[in-house]
Amino acid sequence: MPGYVLRRLVQMLLTLIGVSVITFLITHALPADPARQIAGRTASAAQVEQVRHQFGLDLPLPQQYLRYATGLIEGDLGRSYVQRTDVSFLIASRLPATLLLMLGAIFCELLIGLTAGSVAAFRRNTAADQGVMIGALFFVSTPQFLVAYTLLYVFSNWLGWFPLSGYGTFSHLVLPSVALGLLGGGWYARMMRSSTIEVLRQDFVRTARAKGLSRTRIVLVHVLPNGLLPIIAMIGLDIGYFMSGIVVVESVFGWPGIGQLTWQAIQTIDIPIIMGVTLVAACAIVLGNLLADLVAPLIDPRIKLK
Amino acid sequence: MAVLKALFQRKLALLGLIVILAFVILALFAPWIAPYPFDEMHKDGLTDFGSPLPPSAKYWLGTDTLGRDLLSRLIFGAQATLIVAIIANTIAVAIGTLVGVTAGYLRGPGGSALMRFTDLMTAFPALLLAILLAAMFNPSLWIVVIVIAMVNWVQVARVTYTETISLSEREFITAERSLGAGAPRILFRHLLPHLVPTITVYATLGIATTSLTEATLSFLGIGVQPPTPSWGNMVNENQTYFEVAPWLVFFPSGCIALLALSFNLIGDALRDILDPTLRGRH
Repeated sequence: MPGYVLRRLVQMLLTLIGVSVITFLITHALPADPARQIAGRTASAAQVEQVRHQFGLDLPLPQQYLRYATGLIEGDLGRSYVQRTDVSFLIASRLPATLLLMLGAIFCELLIGLTAGSVAAFRRNTAADQGVMIGALFFVSTPQFLVAYTLLYVFSNWLGWFPLSGYGTFSHLVLPSVALGLLGGGWYARMMRSSTIEVLRQDFVRTARAKGLSRTRIVLVHVLPNGLLPIIAMIGLDIGYFMSGIVVVESVFGWPGIGQLTWQAIQTIDIPIIMGVTLVAACAIVLGNLLADLVAPLIDPRIKLK
Repeated sequence: MAVLKALFQRKLALLGLIVILAFVILALFAPWIAPYPFDEMHKDGLTDFGSPLPPSAKYWLGTDTLGRDLLSRLIFGAQATLIVAIIANTIAVAIGTLVGVTAGYLRGPGGSALMRFTDLMTAFPALLLAILLAAMFNPSLWIVVIVIAMVNWVQVARVTYTETISLSEREFITAERSLGAGAPRILFRHLLPHLVPTITVYATLGIATTSLTEATLSFLGIGVQPPTPSWGNMVNENQTYFEVAPWLVFFPSGCIALLALSFNLIGDALRDILDPTLRGRH
């Protein structure tokens, strides 16, 4: 176990170095002038030159990467010229709101996805099953802004149950969480259905039935816990999808998190912020995968660490 | 042909096929089908207070914030949306297949380096990477195509890699090799034909993904640029009027959902038809 964890940590470190190289190459080696992009679209020629010198963009590429990587290790994600603030500070100040939304969203995703998926599996090949599967495919195929705007229209504009936008109370959290929950729930429902069907055809379920156990007991003790196993690995992988989803959902609902920060940065083409958010999101994904891999054998003893 | 026949027998896939065909016809013949030019600002296209008109007999789906006919813009918008989705996906599938097959066929340090790079790409949230790439350039239709292709090839690479590995261990490849066939013959005559079903499935599902990425990028303002209409940038242009004129948001985003859903329906059906190991399990 310790050897495995150590190897995974080294692997994670290598991945993070790779991630930093790719973001660096995108922002520095593409045929677009990075100094102009970093300084912002409205900067004067003199400002662009100042940025070029200050960021060492006149140095050779490998030297530039070393400067950039040293900064990253010290937690320096660069500076936003549009907002005149450090990117790491901006991201840190938006992090609590996004983490809160993430909790709400994962709760809704699991609630919607697992319920719908297991119902479809138990009622396999019925109208309920088909309805759930078409619904799941619909949410998998829907642009995030359609779901967000529909919820906003029905529950805020029309019924007036929830505030239009903002942050601070529980009722502000509901709609954005449900929006992300419906979008992600579609994936979970599809996964949960096939994993439950897989469990239902196992010998131990037939044995349990033959022993005369009640249907409730079979479902709760034998089927669902086993059907859930593949889902746990998915929660770790889900972070990437979540980080993409929040850009749209937070901007529609005016939720002051990292997604809205990204959206604002896109409007002003604020490259350092977009770059910082991409890096932080990649770190979150790598960490989420590691956690999922480490937790999986604790829950399912059949998975051995190699 | 047998595949097409099996596809036609599935109601939902057939429905998806009809929807896609309808969108393609709308896009191809937009100038003849659309009731008005997409950029004409009608004098009677706004209310006295300057807000968009709701659906009526003259403007079937209403008008947008500049008094332009929404239906005409939706019909012309199908052009950019379909061009980006289909071309970006074709490039992505080509890159993915090239990387996957090369890595699977070569193995060794070269192959594993390619796959490590592919794994590295999965550490990025695709949308954020696309945003970063798109923001580095002055956006245009072709930049959007390239950006989307750059972030969406990864899954195809992983799938074709695994398939190539298992195929190249099969007897018929070994037999071919012992007969003295060179790499090109094995690759093009034997490996690729066996990969066609998998590639078809992922190419179909991939169009759903690329059209959603295009829609989101355009919604964020860094995708297809006005005056060229795309369903995503129409939502972007009109979202400030959402409370007064919700149809301006719902019609274009509904079209995107319908398009992506149709491709997913066909992709799912193709997977069931082409992958016998899954038969009866779903």
